[in-house]
Order: sequence, then C-alpha cells, then structure tokens
Amino acid sequence: MDGAPVVAPPSVHQPSTMVPTAPGLQSERAARLEAHGICAWFGGRLVLDRVSLLMERSVVTALIGPSGCGKSTFLRILNRMHEAVPGAQFAGSVELDGVDIYSPDQRATATRFRIGMVFQKPNPFPAMSIYDNVLSGLRFSRIKVSHADDLVEEMLTKASLWNEVRNRLKSLGGELSGGQQQRLCIARALAVRPSVLLMDEPCSALDPTSTRRVEETIVDIAHDVTVVIVTHNMQQAQRVSQQCAFFLAAENEPGRIVEAGPTDVMFSNPTDARTTDYVHGRFG
Amino acid sequence: MTDTTLLAPPPIPVPEPEEPAAPPVPRRSRDLRTEDVGVLIGSALAAVAAVWLVFYQLTLLSGAFGFVVCTVALFLVLYWSVNLQLHGRLVASDRLLSVAVGLGAMSLAIPLAFMMGFLVVKGWHLLSAHLFVEDLKGVPVIPVAGVNKTGGLAHAIVGTLEQVGIAALFGVPAGVMTAVFLHEVGGRFTRTVRTVVTAMSGLPSIMAGLFIYTIWVIGISRHIPFVQSYSGLAGAMALAILLVPSITRTTEEVLKVVPGGLREASMALGAPQWRTVWSVVLPTARTGILTAVVLGIARAVGETAPLLFTIFGNTVMNADPLHGPQESLPLFIWSNVKSSYPARINLAYTAALVLVIIVLFLFTLARVLGGTRGTGRVRSSKKRQVAT
Repeated sequence: MDGAPVVAPPSVHQPSTMVPTAPGLQSERAARLEAHGICAWFGGRLVLDRVSLLMERSVVTALIGPSGCGKSTFLRILNRMHEAVPGAQFAGSVELDGVDIYSPDQRATATRFRIGMVFQKPNPFPAMSIYDNVLSGLRFSRIKVSHADDLVEEMLTKASLWNEVRNRLKSLGGELSGGQQQRLCIARALAVRPSVLLMDEPCSALDPTSTRRVEETIVDIAHDVTVVIVTHNMQQAQRVSQQCAFFLAAENEPGRIVEAGPTDVMFSNPTDARTTDYVHGRFG
Repeated sequence: MTDTTLLAPPPIPVPEPEEPAAPPVPRRSRDLRTEDVGVLIGSALAAVAAVWLVFYQLTLLSGAFGFVVCTVALFLVLYWSVNLQLHGRLVASDRLLSVAVGLGAMSLAIPLAFMMGFLVVKGWHLLSAHLFVEDLKGVPVIPVAGVNKTGGLAHAIVGTLEQVGIAALFGVPAGVMTAVFLHEVGGRFTRTVRTVVTAMSGLPSIMAGLFIYTIWVIGISRHIPFVQSYSGLAGAMALAILLVPSITRTTEEVLKVVPGGLREASMALGAPQWRTVWSVVLPTARTGILTAVVLGIARAVGETAPLLFTIFGNTVMNADPLHGPQESLPLFIWSNVKSSYPARINLAYTAALVLVIIVLFLFTLARVLGGTRGTGRVRSSKKRQVAT
C-alpha cells in the first residue's frame, strides 16, 4: 500500500454532515484502479485520446465535464462493458491492484464481478422480487449465500432502503418509485461486495431527497469500496468526492482529461483556465 | 386632538341559508340519452318498413342484397335528417359518421358470426359427451337394424392432442432458441437464419407434409424398427415445421420489448450472457413468449394439408403416436364431409364445431396470459404484498 495518500486533508468547505475518508484508514477490500493511455473508438471514430487516471483505493473520484466528452465511455472501459458494444475498440491498459483486466487470461465476467456499476436509469429486474433482486448478482455467479436474509437486510440498509421495503420484500422490483429503484440497484451492486463501484450519473433521474440519500450512501461505502462517479452536478462532485478529473472534448476532437486533482483544489484553485471556466459555470 | 376612532372592521357578511343547489348537470355529455337511442331505433325501423313497402308492395324490385343496401342507405338518410331537425348540422354530421363507422365494423363481424352460427346450427345436435369417448369402430354408415352406435370423435380428438403436443415439444424449444439466437447472440449467421425463418413461415403447409412424407414416411422410418411409416409422430413433425417460424417471429418481437438496460445491469453484475438470457431476459418476456406459443399452437391445431400423407387417417382409436395411422380433427372433417352418407357428414360438422371451440379456447387463453405487460409487470389486481 502506498505511504503517501493522494488526497489532501478535508477542507473546511465541506459540509459537516459528510464524513470525509481519512487517509491511512484504507480498507483491504477496496482496490486501486489505474488507467494508462486509454483510447476508445466507436466504429472507427476516436472518442477518447490517451486518458490516464489513478483512482486510489477508498477514495471517491468524480469525473466531471460537459456532455459528450467520453466520461461514460471511460467509465464503461473500466469494467469491460465497452467491448460489448458492436463496433467499439479500445487501446491502453486498466490495472486493478496491479493486474491488467484486459489481459487474455482475465475473464470479463470475473472483472465485472469485482468492478460493479450503477446506471443512470434505474434498472431493477422487473420479473424478480426485491429480495431476489438484491441477491441476483450472487446467484448469477453461482455463489452460495448463507444467511441470505441478513445479507439482504444489510445491503438494503446500506442503500437507505430497508425501512421503506422491509414489509414487502416479496413484491416485484418494478413496483418501486424511481428513487427507490435506484437505491435497490445500489443495494444489488453492493451485494456482491465489489472492490470498485462505478456510478454513471446515478442521481440525474432522481428527486432531491433520493439524491441526498444516494450521496449519503456513497460517503458511507467509500471506505470499503473505491467509487468512481460521473456527474454533471458540480455541487455533487464537491459534496461526495475527494478527487476530481475534468474531461473535455473540443469540437470534432476526442475527449481528454484536462486536469485532475483533489476536489477542493480543482474547484478553488485550478491550474487550467478551461477548468476555471467550467467549474464557474461559464460553459457546459 | 383628532379623535382617533378606530375604524371597526366591516361586519363579516353571514351567508343566508340558501336552498340546496341542484346537482350540476354535465353539459355536452357524450353518452347516448334515451331520446338518441329512440331516434336510432326509429330510423332503422322506418327504413326497413319503407323499403319493404317499396320492394314488395309498390314495385317489382326484389332480392335480399338490394333490400339490405336500400335499407342501410335510407336508414342513414333518415338518421341524419332527424338529427338535423333536433340538434343541428354539426351534431347530425357527427352522429352520421359515428353510425356509419359502427355499421362498417359490424359488417366485418357479420361473416364471422354467420360462419359460427352456421357451424353451431349444423353441428350442435350431435354434440354430446359420448362424442369424446367413442370412435367410429363398428359404426355403420347407414342405419342397420340391431346396431345402435352413432360413433364419436374420440380418436380424432386424441390424435389432434397427441400430434399437436409432440409438435409443441419439438417446436417450442426450437422456436424460442432460434429467437434468442437471432436477437441476443447475433453474429455472422443472423441474416441467413432470419431469411430461412421468413421463408419457412411462407411455406405452403402441404409442402411441410410432402417433405416429411418423402424423408420420413417412405424414407427413414422404413429403416427404424420401432416406428411405423404412417404415424402420429410423422404428422407432429410436419406440424413442428409450421410451428417453428411462427413462434420464432413472435418471440423475437417480444424479446425486442425487453429493455436493454436490464441486460446491461445483469452484465455489470458479472453474469455471463447465457445466464443473463436465462435469468433476466426470458423471465421478463415470459408472458409474451407464452402468448407466442399459444398462438402458434392454435395455428397448428387447424392444419390439414400436412397431415394428409403423414398420419393417413383412421377410423378407430390409435393412441400410439409411433405406430400406425392416426386421425385428427381437421383430417376427420376433410374425409367425412365428402362422404356420401349423411350420418358421416353430420359428424363432420360436429367435428368442425369442436375444432372451432378448441381454437377459441386457445385464443382466449392467449389473451388471458397476455393480460400482463410484456415486461412482467402485473396488473394492480394481482399485486402480491406478502409480508416477509
């Protein structure tokens, strides 16, 4: 484990309700993700140009930037979902705790088991009950679950959903409201105990109360799970993340990382003028 | 000093008790009121009476078709003009158009109702419980003294059920798996397979029968010891050839309705693709697939041509699909309605009625099963709220 942490100590601008991850107390389960020189093509068109980023364990990294810069593509490359799109190509390497996940001896399904993902549109399985939804990840990988009830309760509690559904665990997953569905998806993703959780704008379709709950969940789990979150909401990035990466794609150009660093530095004293313009809302 | 009299606030008006207001009457109600129904019926009766008068009393015009056409025309004219008098031009045109569209819809239903009525009238009187237990063994074609048998359809019904059952056993998994391949797996052969399936769905049904006849009945089965050449199995195979493209196409449409986000979610949990299809996609599309299967089976139940030279027909019960010729309902109708003996002809009409009842039952079943949405969401009346 590296001695020097990547993040600066939490600044006074962070709301007091948020408990920042203290450096040095990093968990065994959370993994470190490194992306080196990522290039991505869709049908021959280059959409990401040599993107490199270090996502340290137990740290919440936010990817910010205007629409269409390749943030979601970058995210999907991190858990090998990019290759499932027909016509998609990729160059570079992604290392999970030092192991290249794209090497031929690594199974994509095993990688996706360790690097989970929560999507922008909530997608619980409608043909399964809430109970089965939470356990679905483990069942798909044929992992025997002892004390399934306890696991379901633990995961739903972590996702701030337990109190609302404790009496109707057998009702179908599609019968919840949007915010509840997204929290169910988070519980489902957490149930397989991933090392990394990727979140693609998880709150963009949610009301403010559900957004607040999801952000609290992110802060809670950040100790055990490395979180990488794509967000359009800069206040959200400031609230939940310790590290930020600013993506930008000029017209007819592929996306690149303009600047990356600790969140408070990025928002208060960025190096690049484009970052200053973006975080102050002058474009995007 | 000015007298600062505080101005008292004006007295609050106390509302006088008023009579209870009459309940509000909705304006421009679209429901038919009694007088509207009266106008409708009156116009119809008047039209019938007037045309009857013209046709049969005043002129030498004749013919049922002409009668109906003139009645309808006169009815529309009368209905329009009465409404014009009562409600004005706008309402009259609107009502006229509504009635004309209604009549058009009814005219579509008339041939169907006529056919059903015809079948019921011709086949009803022989419909009884013993139809389902007796076959034509020992039943004379003309009444013979001392023989009291009228015969039944048991052998045909059993034959139909067995042939369609075996066809479904082969055809349903093949059809569903083909649809899964086309939609979920894809790849280089997708276009070829899709072309083949489309071609198969246009195949004349007698070609399916001919194919099985050539390959199996006079070919392979001669060399296999445990089957005979004409058999229910051969008929089932011919029916399966017709089942597969129908089930494939409908199932593929149903799979398209399953949102792609579900597959992504399953993939993101580390599931391999076959597990995604088996545990997420198919259960979500379950009701749609069931509907596709039932509709395919309903089609296969009524097929006659593929059975002509595969099961060959029989007059006695043969419950063994592997050995010997069998009968089936459509084949029974075909061979008996051409018979010279009225007893057999009547039995054929009854068989037609039974067949139509079976198909109607299957269609109703398909509608009931398809009552839930394709994604597996259940209607609110069926929601389960079981406490854990």
